[in-house]
Amino acid sequence: MATDALQISAIDVLYGDSHILHEVSLSLREGTVLGLLGRNGAGKTTSINAIIGFLPPRAGAILLHGERIDHRTPEAIARLGVGLVPQGRRIFPSLSVRDNLLVAANARGQSPRWQLPSVYELFPRLRERERQLGGLLSGGEQQMLAIGRALMGNPRMLLLDEPSEGLAPLIVTELGHTIARLKAEGLSIVLVEQNLTLALGLADDVVILNTGRVVHQGPAAALRSSDAVITQHLGVV
Amino acid sequence: MTSARRSIAIGVLLLVAALVPLVAGDYYVNLLSQMMIAALLAASLNLLVGYAGLTSLGHASFLGVAAYSSAWLNLHSGLGPLASAPLALLGTLLVAAVFGWIALRASGLGFLMLTLALSQVLWGLAYRWVGVTEGDNGLRGLTRPQPLGLDLDSAAAFYWMALLVVTIALGLIALLVRSPFGAALRGTRDQPRRMSALGYDVWLIRWLTFVMAGFWAGVAGVLYIWYHQYIHPSSLSLQASAEVLLAVIAGGAGTLAGPVVGAVVVVFLKNFVSSYVERWNMLLGIVFLLIVLFLPEGLVPGVKRLLTRLRSGALRP
Repeated sequence: MATDALQISAIDVLYGDSHILHEVSLSLREGTVLGLLGRNGAGKTTSINAIIGFLPPRAGAILLHGERIDHRTPEAIARLGVGLVPQGRRIFPSLSVRDNLLVAANARGQSPRWQLPSVYELFPRLRERERQLGGLLSGGEQQMLAIGRALMGNPRMLLLDEPSEGLAPLIVTELGHTIARLKAEGLSIVLVEQNLTLALGLADDVVILNTGRVVHQGPAAALRSSDAVITQHLGVV
Repeated sequence: MTSARRSIAIGVLLLVAALVPLVAGDYYVNLLSQMMIAALLAASLNLLVGYAGLTSLGHASFLGVAAYSSAWLNLHSGLGPLASAPLALLGTLLVAAVFGWIALRASGLGFLMLTLALSQVLWGLAYRWVGVTEGDNGLRGLTRPQPLGLDLDSAAAFYWMALLVVTIALGLIALLVRSPFGAALRGTRDQPRRMSALGYDVWLIRWLTFVMAGFWAGVAGVLYIWYHQYIHPSSLSLQASAEVLLAVIAGGAGTLAGPVVGAVVVVFLKNFVSSYVERWNMLLGIVFLLIVLFLPEGLVPGVKRLLTRLRSGALRP
């Protein structure tokens, strides 16, 4: 059996004394998209922070391609091939679009797949704006830049934290096409989303969190036809 | 401004600067030499304040370490001022490496307080370690170097040497902040967590920057001791560190020209205006207050913003 791209086994994560994640377990198959869903405060972003190393779990294990990463520093985890597109984009406002991308490439040197030309080919608008400061881009352009920046590190796994947040419907559709293309190229993706249509349209598997616990886990196809589960755990139909 | 026009403007400025001693008296030439030394010190602090987002209140320490060690070697080891300089810079690098290692255990206010505390330790040593520093009397009896047989005793000769050294130093600082390392440095200032998530060791980038800032302050210290041929504990006092920080903020932190302009303003007020106004410190305070109130981003970016608004016709009376 092939090793999962990501395997999380019964992790507990605390913010100070507040227990946020309770024995959360999930796995991401190589080359697939895992939709991580849940209401506000369910623990989705905390899970992402635990994977990238900002919040090391107090118990449990996180394995990347079979290698334990749960007590490594964020920079060490990033160097192992984890790319993060954070919530709210968090691009570097004082750097140009080009420098925003090059900074990410410099971290792990040159790699054949994602370099400036290939990122510009994926997001032609970034090429048009390459000399503009990151802080002056529109929300959609900033999201493209955030994804492009993560790709410049040539990750083996991509963590997308609410990429559609605050974007116009047309841009969300474009974003969906981009994520689908990355998946088709074989990238393993964890997609945290509040936009259920987008998430279920892209995900192969789904995990639903509620107050820091896994309350549903299974194929996305099954969830698409299960209004009862969606209503129960996400409060929408 | 395009890069070609910028290069021409810098070239013309350097040419004019090089011609100044031919037309100006010694007093003004000496004043300009002091401005250049202060500008280099401010530009070195700007690496920390403007590009790394780390406000230091102890940066004059490095000028003091370089100046004191250069002076001491010159007086006690038999080395000439020129041969003392690399050893003094090496010592400054080591002090900066240790101070950075300690101060970068904190950020924000904690970093500022640690730099202040460390600089006060050095200031205290300069005052109390009389056997080495001669305390309040300072180290005196020094001479200026004679590189390649050139006599730097005249105001003009020293000015041209300082212009050459400071131009090279500022050019190298400009190259650094425009390099990939400079982009990464600004990244650590804007989004340190994001830089970690991109695989960067944020602490290491900050520490390297701290050491480089210390080195360039050390170069300013060597020029300082050559110029004054005297060093006193006040050169690494809290007031000296505050003045250079003031120059960076007043001129525009995070810009290349800002700290240079800020240093020129501070040295002008300190040396020229103080000849006519007894309370020049008060005047400096008022000038700083006006800058903060009306050009909060600093003189260089502020004037640039006003000019842009003027050109676009958006400035209302």
